[in-house]
Formats: sequence, C-alpha cells, structure tokens
Amino acid sequence: MSTPNTPLWEVFIRSRNGLAHKHVGSLHASDATMALQAARDIYTRRGEGLSIWVVPSSAITASDPADKAMMFEPAESKIYRHPTFYEIPDEVGHM
Amino acid sequence: MMVANIQVSETPLVLYTLRRADDALILGHRLSEWSGHAPILEEDMALSNMALDLLGQARELFSYAAKVEGKNNDEDKLAYLREERQYRNLLLVERPNGDFSQTMVRQLFYSAFADLYWRAMMKSSDATLAAIAAKSEKESAYHLRHASEWVIRLGDGTEESHRRAQAAIDDLWALTGEMFSVESGERGLIDAGIAVDPETLRAQWRRTISDVMIEATLALPTNDWMQQGGRSGRHSEHLGYLLSELQHMQRTYQGLTW
Repeated sequence: MSTPNTPLWEVFIRSRNGLAHKHVGSLHASDATMALQAARDIYTRRGEGLSIWVVPSSAITASDPADKAMMFEPAESKIYRHPTFYEIPDEVGHM
Repeated sequence: MMVANIQVSETPLVLYTLRRADDALILGHRLSEWSGHAPILEEDMALSNMALDLLGQARELFSYAAKVEGKNNDEDKLAYLREERQYRNLLLVERPNGDFSQTMVRQLFYSAFADLYWRAMMKSSDATLAAIAAKSEKESAYHLRHASEWVIRLGDGTEESHRRAQAAIDDLWALTGEMFSVESGERGLIDAGIAVDPETLRAQWRRTISDVMIEATLALPTNDWMQQGGRSGRHSEHLGYLLSELQHMQRTYQGLTW
C-alpha cells in the first residue's frame, strides 16, 4: 500500500555492539519518526537490535540488473585477489 | 456448564493491585481487537505489541494480587472468573476502539498517566510493585511516544483526521479525571509509601497532554466535569460485552490452557 503519504523505507539493524548495521527489510511510514517506530515494532520484537537506521528507499541508488555482466563478471577471473595465497605466520593467530 | 464466579477477599492492597491489573487487562484486550484490522500492517504490529505489553503487566499484577490475597485464586481466575462489578478498571480503558483516532487519543490519555505513575511507583516500599513498575515504565514510555506521535499527525494532518481527533478528545476527556481519584482504603497505602498519590502526577500529566495538543493543533475541552465509576465497579454498558468475549473460553472450559 505505497501512497504518496506513506513512502517506503529501508530498515537497518545493528544486533550487537561492534557489528555493522545490516539490512533487514522495508516498511511504509509517513515520515522518519514514524518509520523508526514502525521499524522497532516490526523488526526488533525478539530482541534483535541495539540500534536502528531507517533510510528512504528513494535515497538508494541501485545498480541495474541489466549491467550485471559488465559490473561483476570481470572480478570472477581474478582469483589472486583473494588472500588465500599468502602464508600467515602461526603467531598471528586468527585473522 | 458455566464456571461460577470466584470470591475475592478485597483487602486494600489486593483491591489496589486489582485496579491496576484490570486497567492493563482491559486496555490490552481492546488493543488486541485491532489485530488484523489496523489501517496498515505496520500499525497492526504496533498495536499488538502494546496489547502484549499490557497483558504482561496484567499477568504480573494479577499474580501478585493472588499472592497477597493468599486464598485459592491465581492470575487466570482473577482475570477470567469475576463478574462485571468486581472489575475496577477505569471507564476510559473499556471504551470501544471507535475509529483509529479514538484508539490513539485513549492511548495517549492513559499512557501519559501510566508513564508517570509507574516511574513514581518504582520507589514504592512494596518490592514487588516496585519491580513491576520498573518493567512497566519502559513499556509505557514507548506507548506514550507512539500515541503522541500519532495524535500530532492526526490533529495536524488532513481536515478529516483533525475533525476525528478533536471529536475523540471531546468524547474521552470526561473519563480522564478518574485516573487521579483515590479510592477508599487507598489513603493508608499512600501514607505507607506503597502507593503513589495520583494528585502529585496531575500537573505533569496535564503538561504532557497540553504539549501534544499544541503541536497537534487540537484543543482540550474547557468543561472539566469528570465521570467516575469504574474504580468502584460501576461500568459503562461496553464492559459486559468485552467480558463475555474475554471470559468465554475459561467460563466454558475451566482451566483451559494452550
């Protein structure tokens, strides 16, 4: 039910300190304050979050699915970009 | 066969706790009536969340009332097996949901009080009530914020939403005075530091409501005549219908569980 009065918002939740906000879904709300409340009511009912961001969906610039080949395929042949070829000294532990 | 009414030994502390439990139970039930019917999905969830908060408060208060009473009653019996006159909730909370603005104005009036009330009750000399207050205060603070934001938007929204919000305020205003009444037997609890004197909350409540009204471009009625009755069991015709639905399963199948 997207109308000019209830635009779409994207919701990002940070579940723990030290983690990044993660996209969890979207909702409709009249403005930023109501979007934040709706996000709290819909996406944090089971203790999922410590912090919420809401962003107007219209503020997001998305890549065009039609550009997929040009955008992403060139990276597929460059396996040397993965850090799996480096020897890591034992003293470093987990990276 | 219908399960019979229970008897309750209504000592001052039992009765005092039941009054607060009944407020939460009845308002929670009213809000739950919106489940699946709210104007948008987001608000459906918000109303259900508030209903569950209130139901949780009611459960703790009923359990405590049963414990204080020390008879054979428990939270379910107190919630489901009393007759209408034994319910002592505010007339405000039994009012039907009406349109969305009626529900939100009712929630604003109640939550603005509950927020102050529970915050003050955190200092109660009764440890259980103080603990219930500490949990309930956070919930009420959110209910107040949610209802305030909605009333501001309804009042300062379209011509129709403004008209409906103002009508809700005019309609419900006379039921707000009962929140500040001190019933017989309660003065002793106040003097003992168990209960809060609601009179000490009135000025701040009025300020909270007035601030919302100004932002919402709405006006409070100038007539301050107030209707009483719920606290002493004299209810509007609406409560009986609510109770028949609320009690149906426990009246028909005593002790039924999920």
